[in-house]
Amino acid sequence: MEKYIIKTEQIDAWLKRIIESVPRVLAPVSSGTKTEFRRIKSPEEVNNKSLTTTVSAKAAAFPPVETLFKYQKDGKDTTLTEDSFDKYPETVLWHARSCDAMGFSPLSAIFDWDYKDNIYDERRNKLTIVTFACNQSDECCFCTSVGGGPGNVEGSDIQLTMLNATDTLVEVMTEKGQKLVALLPDIFQPLSEEVDKEAVLAKIPVQFTKEEIKEHVSNAFDSPVWKRQSARCLGCGACAFVCPTCACFDIQEDAHGNHGRRLRCWDACGFSLFTQHTSGYNPRPTQATRWRQRILHKFSYMPERLGVYGCTGCGRCSRACPVDMNLQEHLISIANSNHE
Amino acid sequence: MNENIYLPHIMVIDKITVEAPGVKTFRLKFQNEEEGKAFQFRAGNFAEYSAFGEGESTFCIASAPTRKEYVECTFRHAGRVTSGLNRLEEGQTMGFRGPFGNSFPIEEWKGKNILFVAGGIALPPMRCVIDNVLDLRDQFGDVTIVYGAKSVADLVYKEELAEWNQRSDVKLVTTVDPGGETPDWKGEVGFVPNVLDSVAPNSDNTVAVVCGPPIMIKFTFPVLEKHGFKDENIYTTLENRMKCGVGKCGRCNVGKMYVCKDGPVFSKVQLNDMAPEF
Ligand code: SF4
Ligand code: SF4
Ligand code: FES
Repeated sequence: MEKYIIKTEQIDAWLKRIIESVPRVLAPVSSGTKTEFRRIKSPEEVNNKSLTTTVSAKAAAFPPVETLFKYQKDGKDTTLTEDSFDKYPETVLWHARSCDAMGFSPLSAIFDWDYKDNIYDERRNKLTIVTFACNQSDECCFCTSVGGGPGNVEGSDIQLTMLNATDTLVEVMTEKGQKLVALLPDIFQPLSEEVDKEAVLAKIPVQFTKEEIKEHVSNAFDSPVWKRQSARCLGCGACAFVCPTCACFDIQEDAHGNHGRRLRCWDACGFSLFTQHTSGYNPRPTQATRWRQRILHKFSYMPERLGVYGCTGCGRCSRACPVDMNLQEHLISIANSNHE
Repeated sequence: MNENIYLPHIMVIDKITVEAPGVKTFRLKFQNEEEGKAFQFRAGNFAEYSAFGEGESTFCIASAPTRKEYVECTFRHAGRVTSGLNRLEEGQTMGFRGPFGNSFPIEEWKGKNILFVAGGIALPPMRCVIDNVLDLRDQFGDVTIVYGAKSVADLVYKEELAEWNQRSDVKLVTTVDPGGETPDWKGEVGFVPNVLDSVAPNSDNTVAVVCGPPIMIKFTFPVLEKHGFKDENIYTTLENRMKCGVGKCGRCNVGKMYVCKDGPVFSKVQLNDMAPEF
């Protein structure tokens, strides 16, 4: 890892150079009350104060709607064409958070176990992630309880940490990151003395450990906790859509007469139709069974089958939920309960 | 560059057989002969079938891997995709992705008797194994097939049933639900689990393969148990809703088990350990 110091006021000049050099730069942009990752053309568009965007950064590699291929029917015949990978732009994800960057590891685990998803992989590989360490947090954040932290560098190519009014620490983790530094090398000063990064980070108390949650929920399939916790859940799916690690999708047809596209679209395990058979039979017939799937998938099935947990503690689901289901509170109650 | 795992093979519909009201079998050939030659599968595998413009639907491969020139699928038209498939005619093209999932451990069954129990539209997943076993007939002991449907009209694979009935080395018992019989029906009348009970299958050195709607499976297991079948000798297939077929869309899991990867074939021993989510 290379470490540098940059004058905070020079960051925009660097970002400007990045925007000129890279086909697509995504950064938090505010409009009304919402802040989302949008394509930017100038540094002024970025909302540097944003803690987290409403929707996570996953769309940079796993868009809400993705073309899998196009078809053209011609008499009895059908011709299929794939999008050229050239259409997926090299992308810099600017001003993401540690919990965004960490989310790509569970996503990649899902898209690459056994069969490799080349569409996702190509988009992911073309992504360079620049995170800003969090100097503050809100009541929904719990990254430190699931193995992350406001200054965690896992998944980041570069992490910036504002040390004081004038200086920013630059940690470069990868070659991809180094390439961005090389775009304006003069503004990066080698680190002359160690700096105390921890001291400026947000303080987020550890409430539980992910291993603890895994142990509890793995033996709690029949527990009444699912029904109790999900009683007010509407099954709207917002929590899954905003989540950096939720990868469930549907495959749909966008048909226009003789031609069309096959699409992959975000889906959510909280929807009642998600698992319903054509016959009407549904193996997950109640919101309680669907909430259980959400929690068990993230904290039991994924670690067991893929070796990664499906939650980075970003708190987005809690912020997005229309009925204030707070995941952190639910997990604390699971961690403190005895489901035997 | 890896290949696009969502891109189907283009198949030509070689032959359509109407099996029962609303139920058809398609015999499919690869349009690209090279793809056809390279294609291999095992009894129990499933695939994703596309009607372009409508979408994809999941069914087992109903033909046997010992019959290499084609793949067959049998489906009932019920939803959007199956209705789209239903409108296709011989000579038209459709999509096929697969094979996916695991298979029946047929190698381990060699030298044993085999009891097949199927209900309704679940004969297709089993026909693949039955044909596979019959194509290697001398390597297995007694073969018994118990098959039931709602009514005489709803029995699928009437041709195969007639053929199996002719064979002296296959014991075939067909049944229809009470009220589903016709005046000249010569088979049994009654639900599959009850008819199976009266057949009194011998469990010695015998493997039982059960495919059918969840409710039939539920009532068939106790009958097998009553006749001395051990859980490790009972196999079934699960038919959870699937989309991707490759462990990504997050739809088919039963607890931590993915039907599209770990299944669709499961032994009763495995089922006992699985979450009650199927
Ligand atoms: S489950 Fe909630 S807190 Fe965890 S990563 Fe997803 S959105 Fe963030
Ligand atoms: S956002 Fe809230 S109400 Fe909507 S599905 Fe998630 S937990 Fe349920
Ligand atoms: S069918 Fe998509 S995960 Fe199994």
